[in-house]
Amino acid sequence: MTKEFKRPDGRKVDELRPMTAKVGVVPNADGSAMFSFGDTIAIAAVYGPKKMHPQHKQNPEKGTLRCNYNMISFSVNDRIRPGQSRRSMEISEITKWALEPVLMIDNYPNMVVDVHINILQANASTRCAGINAAAIALAHAGISMKNMVSSVSIGKLDKQLVVDVDKKEEDWEEGEGATDIPITMTGDDKITHLQLDGKIVTKQLKEAIELARKSCKEIYEVQKKALKESLSEGEK
Amino acid sequence: MDKVLTTPDITRERIKRYLSEGKRFDNRKPEEFRELIIEPGISKNAEGSARVKLGKTEVLVGIKMNTSEPYPDSPDKGNLMVTTELLPLSSPRFEAGPPRIESIELGRLIDRAIRESKLIELEKLCIKKGEKVWTVFIDIYSINDDGNLLDAAGIGAIAALKNTKIPKYDEKNETVLYEESSGKNIPLSKSIPISITAHKIGDNIIIDPTREEEDISETRVTIGCTNGVVSSMQKGNSKELTIKEMEKILDLVEKIEKEISLKINKPLK
Repeated sequence: MTKEFKRPDGRKVDELRPMTAKVGVVPNADGSAMFSFGDTIAIAAVYGPKKMHPQHKQNPEKGTLRCNYNMISFSVNDRIRPGQSRRSMEISEITKWALEPVLMIDNYPNMVVDVHINILQANASTRCAGINAAAIALAHAGISMKNMVSSVSIGKLDKQLVVDVDKKEEDWEEGEGATDIPITMTGDDKITHLQLDGKIVTKQLKEAIELARKSCKEIYEVQKKALKESLSEGEK
Repeated sequence: MDKVLTTPDITRERIKRYLSEGKRFDNRKPEEFRELIIEPGISKNAEGSARVKLGKTEVLVGIKMNTSEPYPDSPDKGNLMVTTELLPLSSPRFEAGPPRIESIELGRLIDRAIRESKLIELEKLCIKKGEKVWTVFIDIYSINDDGNLLDAAGIGAIAALKNTKIPKYDEKNETVLYEESSGKNIPLSKSIPISITAHKIGDNIIIDPTREEEDISETRVTIGCTNGVVSSMQKGNSKELTIKEMEKILDLVEKIEKEISLKINKPLK
């Protein structure tokens, strides 16, 4: 069964789409990065740490992380109305939770770090691409971090688990349909973000988490490489 | 790491002093553009798109099309809508939230440059008179603001329109099939309008200001023109202009329009 499964774009079940990562795509920002899974392209910019305004929002014990996820109107076929939606607000919050555990935010009392994520082109897994870009951008901005985070969406198409779900797979209707499981993990295999839509038995969900762990390792290497390249450019 | 949200006085003074000798920080002449890079067709899900870089300033423009009812006063014409989002990602000065006057004015200026020049042949975008027409959305996003987003956006809108393909329309089900192209280009007239903004700083008129220069611009004039014919114009900010200065701006814009339109036509061929 496993060997016969054909993905719409011919990938192996544990094969990610080609990934690219680039640091410094927004010169104005303190840190910035682009990350893509195939046709899904996210850019992220970090501004800060800077003084939190208004003053009553300042936290003297630790800094504040703010995330803002936004899809640009022509990133998908059906134009999205510009501005915030309930979906984008939720993903912004999820992104914050995914990133915060690796940030040493205690180092920045009364300060705020703003992370702006924009999806330039979407072919599913946009929140994962956004988190990956944001993690690189935070490191590029020099924010103290304990580790990196990497994010991937695991899918269950009918009964088969696959990594890095694309649009066609997201809309899978055969058999048991599609279950979408975006997962974010730290470099030392801790889960900072996990969502699920669909249905899956716990045994298989454990397999899905193991698949995510392996994929995140691959993503981590891409993120690390982009950061290293930006350093060598700086020395030139 | 707090970013300065405005240009400090000492820099303002120095820019003015340089300009009085006809010089700019980046060695440009007052009427010289920065390096202009146009990358057409950068988005797979848009009907047309372009990335424009003017020095460090960068904008993305995407064209989306959908069907809707025509406006009562133009029952046989397609609709045009231009929106601009000054993304907080692109500058520490931009904040999330409802659009502010800067982004509204920018969108409206581009809208008028395109509408008044009759670049898009809207009468050819009618599907059924009085009932169904195409709406063309021109969406502009700032990626990095280092001044003159206005001209970058205008150039981007034109470049994106030039590679716009109309999606297929399924008349039976009254739906747009975005996956299939009709193979038809959006109907454009031959004369391409260019929108250029001139700024007055002291007694000097400059083009394509950087962020710092734009901060000390006292007044600006945005002119949309095609082969020397002006079809839209707007003066921004309070400072007055002499007739002499206005004439100088018109001459300047006519000259620059030719250079820019050559560049817009180049990368697409």
